[in-house]
Amino acid sequence: MSQLNFNESLIFTQLQADSKEEVIQHMADNLVNQGLVKKSYKEAVIEREIEFATGLPTGSLSVAIPHTDVKHVNRKSISIATLSKPVLFGVMGDDDTTPVQLVFMLAMDEEHSQLSLLQKLMAIFQDDELLTMIYQEDDKTKIKKLIENQLDLSMKEGELNV
Amino acid sequence: MSKPKQVLVACGAGIATSTVVNNAIEEMAKENNLKLDIKQIKIAEVGGYEDSADLLVTTAMTKKEYPFPVINARSFLTGISVEDTKKQILDELLK
Repeated sequence: MSQLNFNESLIFTQLQADSKEEVIQHMADNLVNQGLVKKSYKEAVIEREIEFATGLPTGSLSVAIPHTDVKHVNRKSISIATLSKPVLFGVMGDDDTTPVQLVFMLAMDEEHSQLSLLQKLMAIFQDDELLTMIYQEDDKTKIKKLIENQLDLSMKEGELNV
Repeated sequence: MSKPKQVLVACGAGIATSTVVNNAIEEMAKENNLKLDIKQIKIAEVGGYEDSADLLVTTAMTKKEYPFPVINARSFLTGISVEDTKKQILDELLK
């Protein structure tokens, strides 16, 4: 099991983009440049987003969790972006679209695992107050800490397999 | 004893959402003392289970018609109306 890569260099605040493709490109390019994912990751995420949308309307603001097959990933990582203006993503399992303000790009290196990490991530999406706090924060280190606290990264929960 | 019902849990990549939903259904089965045969798969693999599955719970959009009921599992991720979804699943399993 590898450790989860998550730090300031994977966080974007007030990212300017006009489409979900632009958001994904920007975030994926960064993951590629850091060697965390393979070059094929970007196209794979864009294609998958078209086929299986990942927008999640939550209580306050909408979140998207673009991701793709494990074969495009080198090292397990999470990248986060707050968007300067909402960008439309398809709603997961639906024909609708939703104006997304927060993007959690997942690069997972194993199928059917990381349950604990994923459950904690989903818990973030269910916490309106926390989502708003993350969205309004411009300091990347503070965003990192907010997320780390939730994910218990200090405990290396990201390495747990179930 | 009747055969345990086969529940397919599927998402696009078989990574994120199905893992969370899989666990939620396992817990539900335990709480209700139900024996289930849960398969965590990618949506593209559903075809292989068409003859054996009793229910498909998925976060991936599917326009295809299946011979078993399909329940949208997005609420397990957002927490919105998750109790309704659980009831829907339970109703199907108790049929």
